[in-house]
Amino acid sequence: MEEAGKQTTVTKWSLTKNSFIAFKKDWQLYSLIILPVIYLLIFKYLPMIGNIIAFRRFIPGGSIFGEEWVGLYYFKMFLSDPTFYKVFSNTLILAFWLLLITFPAPILFALLLNELKNQLFKRFVQTASYLPHFFSVVVVAGIVFEFVAINGPLNSLIEFLGGNRINFIQLPEWFRTIFISSELWQGLGWGAILYLAALTGINEELYEAARIDGANRWQQTIHITIPGILPTIVILLILNIGNFLAIGFEKVLLLYNPLTYETADVIATYVYRVGLESGSFSYSTAIGLFESIVGLILVFGANYLSRRLTDTSLW
Amino acid sequence: MKESWQYKTFRVFNVTILLLIVFATLFPFFNIVAQSFSSESYINAGEISLWPKGFNTETYQVILSDSMFWINYKNTVVYTVVGTLISLVLSTMIAYPLSKKRLKGRNFLTMFFVFTMFFSGGLIPNYVLITSLGFGNKIWAIVIPSAISVFNMLIMRTFFQNIPDELEEAAVMDGSSTYGILFKIVLPLSKPILATMMLFYAVGHWNSWFPAFIYFSEKELFPVSIYLRNLIKGAEASYGTGATNADNITQIASNIKAVTMVLTVLPILLVYPYIQKYFVTGVMLGSVKG
Repeated sequence: MEEAGKQTTVTKWSLTKNSFIAFKKDWQLYSLIILPVIYLLIFKYLPMIGNIIAFRRFIPGGSIFGEEWVGLYYFKMFLSDPTFYKVFSNTLILAFWLLLITFPAPILFALLLNELKNQLFKRFVQTASYLPHFFSVVVVAGIVFEFVAINGPLNSLIEFLGGNRINFIQLPEWFRTIFISSELWQGLGWGAILYLAALTGINEELYEAARIDGANRWQQTIHITIPGILPTIVILLILNIGNFLAIGFEKVLLLYNPLTYETADVIATYVYRVGLESGSFSYSTAIGLFESIVGLILVFGANYLSRRLTDTSLW
Repeated sequence: MKESWQYKTFRVFNVTILLLIVFATLFPFFNIVAQSFSSESYINAGEISLWPKGFNTETYQVILSDSMFWINYKNTVVYTVVGTLISLVLSTMIAYPLSKKRLKGRNFLTMFFVFTMFFSGGLIPNYVLITSLGFGNKIWAIVIPSAISVFNMLIMRTFFQNIPDELEEAAVMDGSSTYGILFKIVLPLSKPILATMMLFYAVGHWNSWFPAFIYFSEKELFPVSIYLRNLIKGAEASYGTGATNADNITQIASNIKAVTMVLTVLPILLVYPYIQKYFVTGVMLGSVKG
């Protein structure tokens, strides 16, 4: 590297020349990437630049980059908007409980599956548990509505046990429970796949050795199984923390209603309503940009911490 | 190997727990199926669990004779086929070059794609872009913005990387061009991953509803997911010709929802036994860092 540094000009020139030769020889390979790159520039990077309307006044039908600079006007606006604090804290609370419950559950599920001796039964449990993952979020919302409906099976069970029927879907105090349960229902089996893969990768000899040392199954789990899947746990935890704020927005949009806004309204749904229903494009973009940047900081932060503490990281 | 009594107890407990999980997973769906065949009076009385009561197929007939249902269902098929084709072609076009170590700027390009997984334009800038491109009420609003999934693309790239270089080198000796190699050697060898990707994308497009929800205003263009969404959110929607007055509408509404849900997931259920293993291998491939 030191050597190369001294010969910058020469290297640079030969690099361009090499690139040119490589390109001429292999133009077909390079020609393939043109369309996907143009696609990415227009449909992914252009909207990123489009976030500039958070700092500019936007007129529907005008330029997609807005008309004139207004500085931090829209950011000051949402910082003095009480609803913003409400949806921000709703997002944090929902995200916190979601992570706390839906992150460890698939790990436990995979560990339980791993203890099964009968492979046929194991397959059956897996096949059944993956199914809800493939349902459209609209169908899942429909299933939730029917399940917790006033005349639905859950209320029939409550009545059977001597309680009164509850109109769950209209009560703000039940929204988080319903939402998190539905996420758990849909994601438990699917979330366990990577852990199951990691579990099959653990060297059988480690267990042999532990048994000879007199370790029981519980001790084997603590000292061999868990450390064996720890890298997978860490990687998925980083990804989860990175997506901390990106709560299943489409599902919230389907499951909530004005009666449950108090607990159900999150940043993304607020952005949707303020932006697309009320037409305040710049204002809602400012809130959305705030959320994206916090998300980005969370990914890099979690990755950095993990690299320092556990030597496992995404990059 | 001898098992302690504690471990034996645990195993009984474990099987019980897992059976309960299976039951809890399948029950809500089977309940919908039972409702779809039940008469509304039993549903309203809260008497349906896993078996239909007042068995009838009238609700199916009502929905299946609603022309709007068929129009929307057909739209979903078209959007899914077109969207999956576009996704497959574009993903292959980028995954194959990125699998080649000799490609200059390979790492930069990969980062260029991966970055979009962690940071995106957000709802409003995307909406502004798509509408200003004139995609409103057009199929492109649904199939283009989600055309490349970077996660799927990385899975494909990993698969292409694992194809032995010798096969391609032999073809180069025979005078094949890159395109020739791609079509005659790489793609035929990649049938498993192409099938997996096709299913990933097809299920995604089949289940999609939000783009149509925000970009489409004409009922004739809705996918069936929006038809269902309007039913379950109680918005005004066509309840079919079977319902002649308002009473009838509210009376059969719960059935109608159940039937539409069953018909919407039916294609997924039919292919599920076959696609399951593809999905699992796909996710495993994706987890390999590379």
